[in-house]
Amino acid sequence: MDLRFTPDEIAFRDEVRSFCQTEIPAGIRKKVSEGRSLAKEDIVASQRILNAKGWAVPHWPQEWGGRDWTPIQRYIYTEELFQAAVPLPQQFNCYMFGPVLATFGRQDQKARFLPRAANLDDWWCQGFSEPGAGSDLASLKTKAVRDGDHYIVDGQKTWTTLGQHADWIFCLVRTDFEAKKQRGISFLLIDMKTPGITVRPILTLEGRHEVNEVFFDSVRVPVENLVGEENRGWDYAKFLLANERTGIARIGLTKERLQRIKRLAKEMPAGSGTMWDDRDFRGRVAEVEVELKALEITQMRVAAKQGRADSVEPDPASSLLKIRGSQLQQAATELLVELAGPFALAAPARGAGANNLPGGFDWVDAAAPSYFNNRKVSIYGGSNEIQHNVIAKGILGL
Amino acid sequence: MDFDLNEDQSLLRDSVERLAADLYPSLESRQARLKAPLGFPEEGWAAFAELGVTGLPFSEAEGGLAGGPVETMLVMEAVGRNLVVEPLFASLVLGATALRLGGSPAQTETILPGVIDGSLRLTLAHTERQSRYDLHDVATTARRSGDGFVLSGAKSVVPNADAAGLMVVSARVSGERRDPHGIGLFLVPTDAAGVAIEAYPTQDGGRAAEVSFSDVALPADAALGDPEGGLPLLERVVEHGIAALAAEAVGSMDALHKLTVEYLKTRTQFGVSVGSFQALQHRAVDMLIQLEQARSMALYAAMMVDAEDPVARAAALAAVKVQINKACRFVGQEAVQLHGGIGMTLEYIGAHHFKRLAMIEYQLGDTAHHLRRITQGENGLLAA
Repeated sequence: MDLRFTPDEIAFRDEVRSFCQTEIPAGIRKKVSEGRSLAKEDIVASQRILNAKGWAVPHWPQEWGGRDWTPIQRYIYTEELFQAAVPLPQQFNCYMFGPVLATFGRQDQKARFLPRAANLDDWWCQGFSEPGAGSDLASLKTKAVRDGDHYIVDGQKTWTTLGQHADWIFCLVRTDFEAKKQRGISFLLIDMKTPGITVRPILTLEGRHEVNEVFFDSVRVPVENLVGEENRGWDYAKFLLANERTGIARIGLTKERLQRIKRLAKEMPAGSGTMWDDRDFRGRVAEVEVELKALEITQMRVAAKQGRADSVEPDPASSLLKIRGSQLQQAATELLVELAGPFALAAPARGAGANNLPGGFDWVDAAAPSYFNNRKVSIYGGSNEIQHNVIAKGILGL
Repeated sequence: MDFDLNEDQSLLRDSVERLAADLYPSLESRQARLKAPLGFPEEGWAAFAELGVTGLPFSEAEGGLAGGPVETMLVMEAVGRNLVVEPLFASLVLGATALRLGGSPAQTETILPGVIDGSLRLTLAHTERQSRYDLHDVATTARRSGDGFVLSGAKSVVPNADAAGLMVVSARVSGERRDPHGIGLFLVPTDAAGVAIEAYPTQDGGRAAEVSFSDVALPADAALGDPEGGLPLLERVVEHGIAALAAEAVGSMDALHKLTVEYLKTRTQFGVSVGSFQALQHRAVDMLIQLEQARSMALYAAMMVDAEDPVARAAALAAVKVQINKACRFVGQEAVQLHGGIGMTLEYIGAHHFKRLAMIEYQLGDTAHHLRRITQGENGLLAA
């Protein structure tokens, strides 16, 4: 047992760290750090820089641009991106669609889609959730009926993250209406420009356009866009959920947030000094940091174990990381609002020459929106209550 | 980064776990062991010595096993899992660490053979009635007298003092009561003239004592290292103590969590196993999360306890104790609640785990103490 990074791992960490800081534009990283929304161009630009370095899809098969990294290297890479406030590679392209297609797709599909997905030439979004299928995903109703060499798709998807940017959507659709609910589902790739598709924005509570509803009205999809076998889509979806596990706790993101909170606390006047002189506040920061340090080690333990497992089943330990990781992400956003204090209320319009910064602070107006928005992290990706069920069944055998 | 045990470590873990399980096959056998005059039977201690555990941290040249923090962690996990009461924490961890890190070659040569063969047990006498967890708060004095020292004062809740042959005692040679400088660590035989030991049981099945020193004459070579610069050594001993408590807590929480899940599966009410109720399942999962977070911190402690940077080391071990304390309280309380009435009885082993876990919180620093230490740093924990 040796719990230190090896010299090779340290060299790798330094390489990633230096690349993030020198190659990714500072303006993009500042937006990420402040929790502001990114424009599509920001995400595309950042990913293309990573892709040119060969670092956009390191966990894919090498044939399609992957790197033969160890789980610890993958962990280091993800955490360094978070800590440098670099946008992660577009998650639907890189962590969901890509691995599924690389594993279950046909060779011609891979050649057509994978290089474009890695370079974000195509923007993919996910069509899983429906109004009546949230935690109970398998009860989805969007249907695809075979008509010659096409499927006719009718139905509705929702919570489609950044669907407004999307060129393509990968969908779970029902193709067998007699089978048990998990058995009749297929995995279909649909061009967003196909007639019959309507995207309607849903503004999340902080006012951002992050998610959408997508309506399908007699949308004709070529049969060649089916991934794998018909009615096996649920297996591919499970594989997808299991695929990217090492970054789920977002330790580096929370670390970066805490470092920022400390920095800002030293500049926020309070009493006869600053908020950093307030021992109670510091204690609350410390409690989150301690818990985060423990989770960091837990995550490395899980990553090291996954290096040996070839299972396509989700590791229930990743549920543990998701629960605690999401709670700590949220705790950090709460501390930031607390730090902004009375100024957290202000929501001034921002623009060139604006002279209305609350208290003169340029970050306080983003604190509450970030807190509001981060309530999602214990809901999405399988709510924390579902994750509890997964652990109860998968680890405790209850 | 590699979390696997090597072959020697696996062997050590297996043999210590096997011995502990053999000595403690049931709650009844444990309660019988506690009735021995010292709170544990001599044959139990001898069994650990025979396995080589009493020489664990010392080099092979000295006759030890050359074990490091990971090896100590494995031993202490077994201690926690089986609620072992032999004084491994007092002697192997606290006493032996002071000797190993602070002893001169002459001191080591004299004392070590007895420590390794098990005939000499050690302990650390530090806590005083006013000191709480502050290591620099020392009122006991060691007055210089000729070449040697004269020790006066009192120490409280000294672990297994009645079973120890030699105590490591913190005492002030110069300075004011809370002055970091002027503190020494002294080797004091428990049978020295002027030493009085009033021993008692502890809440968790262990033993401790009130110890007083009335003009105890000590030779010059009783001091471990610099007699006025002993605080850093004391801090290191306590850091090793925290790492050991973390591992013990993990062993105990692991056992208690398993007991709880097993109970949920077997206890039936309303015609079904109570483990089928989601409210209880989720609480058992939250216990597991705390346990795994604690396990990570026990590993972190093992990784950091010999780190060279004293500031980073201190911050790390403070963080470890905060997390462990919280986990001990959460897992202990939830286990009792999920067991219902049976968790409240002396005849159930889970209740004894609960009590041990509750007391670990108050050994070597509670949560508030260590949080304060973290926030004293200029940048808090992460920057350290």
